[in-house]
Amino acid sequence: MLQQPYDVEVGAGTMAPETFLRVLGPKSYRTAYLQPSRRPADGRYGENPNRLYKHTQLQVILKPPPDDVQELYLRSLEAIGIDLRKHDIKFEEDNWESPTLGAWGIGWQVMLDGLEITQFTYFQQCGGIDLDPISAELTYGLERLAAFLQDVDSIYDIVWSRAADGSSVTYGDVRLAEELQLSVYNFEAADVQKAWQHLQLYESECKALLDGYAALKKKEAESPEESAIRRFPVLGAFDLCLKCSHLFNILDARGAISVTERVGVIARIRALAVGVAKAYLDQQQANAREAAA
Amino acid sequence: MPDLLIEIGCEEIPARMIDGAREELARRISDLLQRERLSAASQNGASSFSTPRRLAVLVQNIQSQQPDIQEQLVGPATKIAYKDGKPTAAAEAFARKAGIDVSRLEKVTNPKGEYIAATVTRKGRSASEIISESLPKELNALYWAKNMYWRAGKPERFVRPVRWIVGLLDGQVLPLEYAGVKADSKSRGHRILSAGEIRISKAADYDRDLRSRSVVANPSERLERIRKALDAAARTVPGTRWREDGELLNTVVNLTEFPGVVLGTFDRAFLSLPEEVLVTVMRDHQKYFAVEDSSGKLAPHFLAVLNTDGDRDGVIRHGNERVLRARFNDAQFFWNADQKIPLTQRVEMLRAVTFQKDLGSYWTKTERVRQLSATLAQELKQQGRQVSLPTTDEAARLAKTDLTTELVKEFTELQGVVGGLYARAQGHTQAVADAIYDHYRPESAVDTIPRSIEGALVSLSDKADSVCGMFALGLQPSGSKDPFALRRQANGIVRILAEHNLPLRTSQMCAASLALYKAAPELKDKLRELDKAPEALAAFFRERLDFYMREVRAIAYDVVNAVLSADSNNVPDALSRAEAVARIRPTPDFLAISTAFKRIKNILRQARESGKQWPQDFNSPALTEEAEQTLGSRVIKAAEQVESLRKEKRYGDALSQIAQLRPYVDTFFDKVMVMVEDEKVRANRLALLATMQRSFSTIADFSEIVTEKAAGC
Repeated sequence: MLQQPYDVEVGAGTMAPETFLRVLGPKSYRTAYLQPSRRPADGRYGENPNRLYKHTQLQVILKPPPDDVQELYLRSLEAIGIDLRKHDIKFEEDNWESPTLGAWGIGWQVMLDGLEITQFTYFQQCGGIDLDPISAELTYGLERLAAFLQDVDSIYDIVWSRAADGSSVTYGDVRLAEELQLSVYNFEAADVQKAWQHLQLYESECKALLDGYAALKKKEAESPEESAIRRFPVLGAFDLCLKCSHLFNILDARGAISVTERVGVIARIRALAVGVAKAYLDQQQANAREAAA
Repeated sequence: MPDLLIEIGCEEIPARMIDGAREELARRISDLLQRERLSAASQNGASSFSTPRRLAVLVQNIQSQQPDIQEQLVGPATKIAYKDGKPTAAAEAFARKAGIDVSRLEKVTNPKGEYIAATVTRKGRSASEIISESLPKELNALYWAKNMYWRAGKPERFVRPVRWIVGLLDGQVLPLEYAGVKADSKSRGHRILSAGEIRISKAADYDRDLRSRSVVANPSERLERIRKALDAAARTVPGTRWREDGELLNTVVNLTEFPGVVLGTFDRAFLSLPEEVLVTVMRDHQKYFAVEDSSGKLAPHFLAVLNTDGDRDGVIRHGNERVLRARFNDAQFFWNADQKIPLTQRVEMLRAVTFQKDLGSYWTKTERVRQLSATLAQELKQQGRQVSLPTTDEAARLAKTDLTTELVKEFTELQGVVGGLYARAQGHTQAVADAIYDHYRPESAVDTIPRSIEGALVSLSDKADSVCGMFALGLQPSGSKDPFALRRQANGIVRILAEHNLPLRTSQMCAASLALYKAAPELKDKLRELDKAPEALAAFFRERLDFYMREVRAIAYDVVNAVLSADSNNVPDALSRAEAVARIRPTPDFLAISTAFKRIKNILRQARESGKQWPQDFNSPALTEEAEQTLGSRVIKAAEQVESLRKEKRYGDALSQIAQLRPYVDTFFDKVMVMVEDEKVRANRLALLATMQRSFSTIADFSEIVTEKAAGC
């Protein structure tokens, strides 16, 4: 499945539903998609040649992972023009964990001539749910790969496209203003009060939906009505949860979250993510039952 | 005799886990073979191999078959087995079960009577069968710091997915299966240089066969290759050498199957960054070796260890140089950006940095550390030590501010160091900068301690604050669990007190620290173990001091026990007392006195247990016998002398005073009976012994000293 990028702000390709939700449950799935990933605290006003507020990931999910997943991965590098015989490639231990998503995995950072180009993770848990089967998640850092292939020192010097007359448009031409302005927004301008309000609004709506799903389940136990389950907007609840996560990141970049609040807010978002994951899995099972019947 | 080869082919195993796993697998296989009588106990174990993608064990000359065992089975009683000299149905049935003819039944007599018996031969099983059956259990039991599921249905966990298994015995493939992988004779070559399978025909040729496919399976051989390659590469820049780093060497040995080295160069301009930063970036983040000139100063080069045979076009060097340049640029960028907010302005920012989720922020920690270090500094000053209170306070105030800097966020291992460097760059005194720089030290048993007293005080206060806070929360270490590294921190406290010779009592330090926690109303509900903390901390610090004295100072355990039973709160003092005890210990008088003190301890214990009572002090005139009168007057005199010598910390002299009592003590025990009928006399004698125990156990509890006689028991 070649998918489009998800159009709600996420901090990583992992948070897009094509990963976060698809890795749940027993169904096999394979997908790849690009995912612009926003991390407000990583913004550097466009001044740092290697750091971005928004970078692009190529996210690949293989569920379950094939036995030759590493070989397939290496061939993907060859496919974009990297002659592995001429380079030094290493798989170095790097395990991944996201407390806000209740997710973790075991894996490596793949190093190409000393450059980390991919995060390779065997997902073990997601939304607090043990995964079976597990998924392999390959996250390619596209800016890094492009800078490597074009041998430039600054991401902003990457040639994005070249016209027939030889003139070129660089990454900086396309994105520098966005990096600068959103760094200013995230670090200086974002209205802290409003961001808190937005967070609360999204959270309460997400919670209301999850409560609604639970109520529906209860009702269903008394008088089965599967179609009501199938059309219940669990995916809508997930979008609201993603909104909360992004707002948390903005507040964090803004320095607006105190120590005591921090643990609590992370737990709140985690509760939403775990709730959505549970509801999603339940809904999938109900759908499967309905299809079987 | 056949050779056994087992190779577990795996996706890349974390470098830090490989050595342990290789050794454990070799041990498990050797133990299995011995347990199953497939190898002689005298056999010199197994050879083992490892690379990131494989763990292998080769055992030569094992038995292909277990030896047969003769076994005697006992059957029914003779009187049931035979009737009129003829075997009964019961005997027939027993013989059939044992698989022998009735005529070959024997008779055995045991305490219960006479029975029939059969000697049978239990056939040894084949090595192939046993190994194939048992190895999966051994593989499941291998220890991994972190492991994973990968197959659907979650049948097993291993460090990473197992992809192939070589299992050869006498050239034959073992019927072995683990994690859904059947053993075969095919291993795999280097991922890139020689991808694909390779058949291992003879176990003994494993090493050689793999080498032909660009895999050096023996880690010590890879180490040698890397060392030589580093030497050779460094030689290409005249006057330089690579900086030795055992830990890093070990890591790169375990990241490579076929190691090579490239020398790279970086812009000299980066040498203006502190060496600490440059080396951390190279070592911790890129796993590069630093290169230094003949004076030991950093040269603008680095050495990268590759998992490939060379870099003919220079693209690998070029790539690594590019990455390092980006990393150094980052560091430079962070350094410059950090200067915009001086450390003094960062103190407030610590309110947003979590120290521990229940204990609050680093801002509140800083406030506590400032107060605690001021208390300790005052105490030292009163004892006549040179210590600057303003330096201590300024260093304590700024110690944690580097946690808010970009450089430390990026290179966390440089906490403290960065603060020190920034303090110097921002015009603080060298003394303040050094104290901040050093305050995490010692971070390990081999690390140095803070250089100055002020640095030592900040370090002590910071560590004591962490240890006491965790104990107050009830989060003290237990068994092998010590997630907050409290033992390491307490070891650090003990070492600093010992090596800076600081007579600060650990109990007082903890009490002062706990008082600061107690004064914080917002923590009231969280510090559930606050009341129990002083006692738990006392035991914890005694354990740490005990460890330090025995393991680091190599002091005999009974001397340590004797000294710490008297007092375990003052580290340098405990060390001087131990030194004095150790010096006087070999003398005959002292050994005799120690024995006498054991006797005194026993007498008093038994008297106490049988409900006898005695006054605090003995009554000299009421002592009746000459031996006890003499001892009594000697004890009074000696007690005064010992006390004044002890106050002057002349422990050696004090102990000689006690040892000199020996003839009087000996005569006393020879001539005088303590537990006499007469209650008054008895009580007075007990009081004499109790006085001795009380007055002469202030330096060490001699009853803890193991005298040779006792040691023999």
